[in-house]
Amino acid sequence: MNAAAFNRRQFTAGLGAVVVAFSLGPELARGQERLPGGLQNNRRLDAWIRINADGGATVFTGKVELGQGVLTALAQIAAEELDLPLSRIEMVSGDTGRTPDEGHTSGSVSIESSGTALRMAAAEVHSILLDLAANRLGTSPSDLTVASGVIAAPDGRKIGYGELVAALDLKREATAKVRPKAASNYKVVGQAVQRLDIPAKVTGGAAYVQDIRLPGMLHGRAVRPPRYGAKLESFDEVAARAMPGIVAIVRDGSFLGVIAEREEQAIKARAALSEGAKWSGGTELPDPEREYDHLLSLRSVDTVASEKQASPAPSGARVVEATYRKPYLAHASMGPSCALAEFRAGRFTIWSHTQGVFPLRLDLAKSLQVEPAAIRCIFAEGAGCYGRNGHDDVALDAALLARALPGRPVRVQWMRDDEFAWEPYGPAMVMKAQAAVADGRIVDWQYELWSGPHGVRPGVPDGSNLFASWSLDQPQKRPFARNIPLPAGGSDRNAIPGYDLPNHRIVNHFIPEMPIWVSSLRTLGGYANVFAVESFMDELASAAGVDPVAFRLAHLTDPRARAVIEAVAKKTGWKTGETGDGARGRGIAFARYKTLATYVAVVAEVEIDRASGMVHVPRATAAVDAGLIINPDGLTNQIEGGIVQSVSWTLKEEVRFDRRGILSRDWASYPILTMPEAPTVEVELINRPNERPLGAGEASQGPAAAAVANAFANATGKRIRDLPLNPARVKAALG
Amino acid sequence: MAPVIRAGALRETPSVAINLKVNGVSRSVPAEPDTPLLYVLRNDLELNGAKFGCGLAQCGACTVLVDGRAVRSCVTPISTIGTSEITTIEGLGSLEKPHALQRAFIEEQAAQCGYCINGMIMSAKELLDRNPRPSEQDVRASLAGNLCRCGTHNRIIRAVLRAAQANGRT
Repeated sequence: MNAAAFNRRQFTAGLGAVVVAFSLGPELARGQERLPGGLQNNRRLDAWIRINADGGATVFTGKVELGQGVLTALAQIAAEELDLPLSRIEMVSGDTGRTPDEGHTSGSVSIESSGTALRMAAAEVHSILLDLAANRLGTSPSDLTVASGVIAAPDGRKIGYGELVAALDLKREATAKVRPKAASNYKVVGQAVQRLDIPAKVTGGAAYVQDIRLPGMLHGRAVRPPRYGAKLESFDEVAARAMPGIVAIVRDGSFLGVIAEREEQAIKARAALSEGAKWSGGTELPDPEREYDHLLSLRSVDTVASEKQASPAPSGARVVEATYRKPYLAHASMGPSCALAEFRAGRFTIWSHTQGVFPLRLDLAKSLQVEPAAIRCIFAEGAGCYGRNGHDDVALDAALLARALPGRPVRVQWMRDDEFAWEPYGPAMVMKAQAAVADGRIVDWQYELWSGPHGVRPGVPDGSNLFASWSLDQPQKRPFARNIPLPAGGSDRNAIPGYDLPNHRIVNHFIPEMPIWVSSLRTLGGYANVFAVESFMDELASAAGVDPVAFRLAHLTDPRARAVIEAVAKKTGWKTGETGDGARGRGIAFARYKTLATYVAVVAEVEIDRASGMVHVPRATAAVDAGLIINPDGLTNQIEGGIVQSVSWTLKEEVRFDRRGILSRDWASYPILTMPEAPTVEVELINRPNERPLGAGEASQGPAAAAVANAFANATGKRIRDLPLNPARVKAALG
Repeated sequence: MAPVIRAGALRETPSVAINLKVNGVSRSVPAEPDTPLLYVLRNDLELNGAKFGCGLAQCGACTVLVDGRAVRSCVTPISTIGTSEITTIEGLGSLEKPHALQRAFIEEQAAQCGYCINGMIMSAKELLDRNPRPSEQDVRASLAGNLCRCGTHNRIIRAVLRAAQANGRT
């Protein structure tokens, strides 16, 4: 077990300490060479790696553990290049006082950016250590061998990394000139090593921000309005003050919070304050019956994502049209958001499970009206977030409360209804497709999508994206939302299919202002776009009278795309032209995530209870190509999880609301897939040792959704284009 | 600057104490009788295992055993426990000496974020005590009230079956 060496959460390390405000990421000066991955913005070797006197290494990363196993994978990369055992690597992640600024941990790019930086930096540090040893031993570096951090000369003399520390100077810019190991020489990378964080998580160890207990710590809760934008008119101060253990009640504009000695006292006071609070105004939400019409009526910024006109469609081509819809989806983290804050001598220390400590610090600084240097943000893991949930907002709640009691740390744990009602959801989307097929080929493809923003996070210049900051006495501006640009894309992520489409036009209607608060949910627009594109591919295959597997292959030249489809078809014994029996069926779908990263093909089986309208997915099988595989078991875990989560989204989930506010406030009003309902998932990995490693946390959700929808159509002959495939829709479709 | 109303002196935390037997040790905690067990375990006894997930007995993250029965500690007032024995995941085993279930969860790498895993293991403990050789369907049914959001379901099921097998061998 590596848990002992996995000492990255030094919960109290920053207590009372002076905030270290040096720049690890200086602006790129003119004439500087471009460095690979995250080295580009954090150029010094000691920003990433330090060799310790005991001969082990401390590795710094701006990327953080979200339950995806990334710290283990990054430790594997560093251990490999440093020739150290994994147990000698200590990981430090996400701390504005200690680690590189790598922005947000999002978009499945941690292995590409942080992993590449660590690979190059570690290879360079390894080379510097060899030079030092060669000098000491009076030999050439090329004659030396290294095992487990001990350098050996041909004559048997040995020198450990620890003995070279005094002479080692890593306060220098990386050159990225040292070639890392060839994949064929890997000993640690590519191994299914056990995750470093799991032993503590199954034995009650301190593993989460929720587990931090600081001396003198108090418990805080915020009191939320009944709907977005409502103004606090008054509250019953007397009733709350009469409750036991109350230390302070804090009001700032329409922010209202309470601090108590004990957690259950804070919870009771929150309920009492909530009961007596009077609110006015606020945003009226659209009529849920006309939700999608309303969406199409909103002001949009329209762009053509891709357009190609090689030749006009031949006359006599068959035209197919379809419209697909996806509701608002909640992140629905198992653990509601939590943060700790301490305000002492004019400085804040914040412990947060944010996806980006540096961007969060910027928005906290604006909201609290202090300099960023007066805030230290330290990452501590939370429950899986799957994107931007309440993790950033609860940090501001904690800071606003802690500011009222200097020197007393305050822990704020959102309640379940805080999380469901106040997290920014993955936005509702509409996708309209029209295509023409002739002779088994797609001869024209027209696609339009309507979506709100997906990337609404802290760290943008023109305001703060922490919602409580919009209603403070001195409110912050709500920034204008922008789409994440292509090729990765935001709402238009995966809107451009990976197929060979000589004639196509893809239009993105980006809606900057949505009535319901939205941000990044795993895959951004990818889930809805792949659901639409891959459902439509099956509809076109059917119109063309071609098997769905053959139809996809006929439009794909990329050999890696073809390989995953062929692999999953083979593994599942796909038969050309197979059809379901009314109650059972199978479907296939494929996507290359972001049209430029991991390839996934999924075959899903469905069973339909026609009486109840319930759809069950007993089994799903995937084939995956994520380039070079760092940790095969970690990769498999991510794909399995992505498929199960997607089946939950696809069969069960939608955020419920009425004109007065959000109605999904607990697990009864937002049910997710349960253990008896979860599919058995099988995953086949295709390793590409000479291709760059790619992230997989978001690669399987889109294909899984479309595979389920296609399986339903295969089983019943009826197609459902509105998510989720719930009993009401199933019964309506089956008549 | 925000208006701050300090209320500290109005009412002190009452100095009542309730005795609980947790993982074989008697503990006295200064909490009101209606306090949910979860907050006493986490805040007074500093046990991290049981998690706050919903406070509504809907998700299972807070599961502990009371006299061997899996209960949701987030809705169990401490006054209702009396002399019953409370077992938390810390009482099953440790990093150095993990319980068969904990070992199986590590061997199967049956966690992503891991926040639900306390509840999964404690519910599985109750199952295996009652039914040492469960089928996959038994495992799924007994964990129906424990939610997992990462989609680790397949590994959790395998880990429980692996622990049952390991118990069968010893």
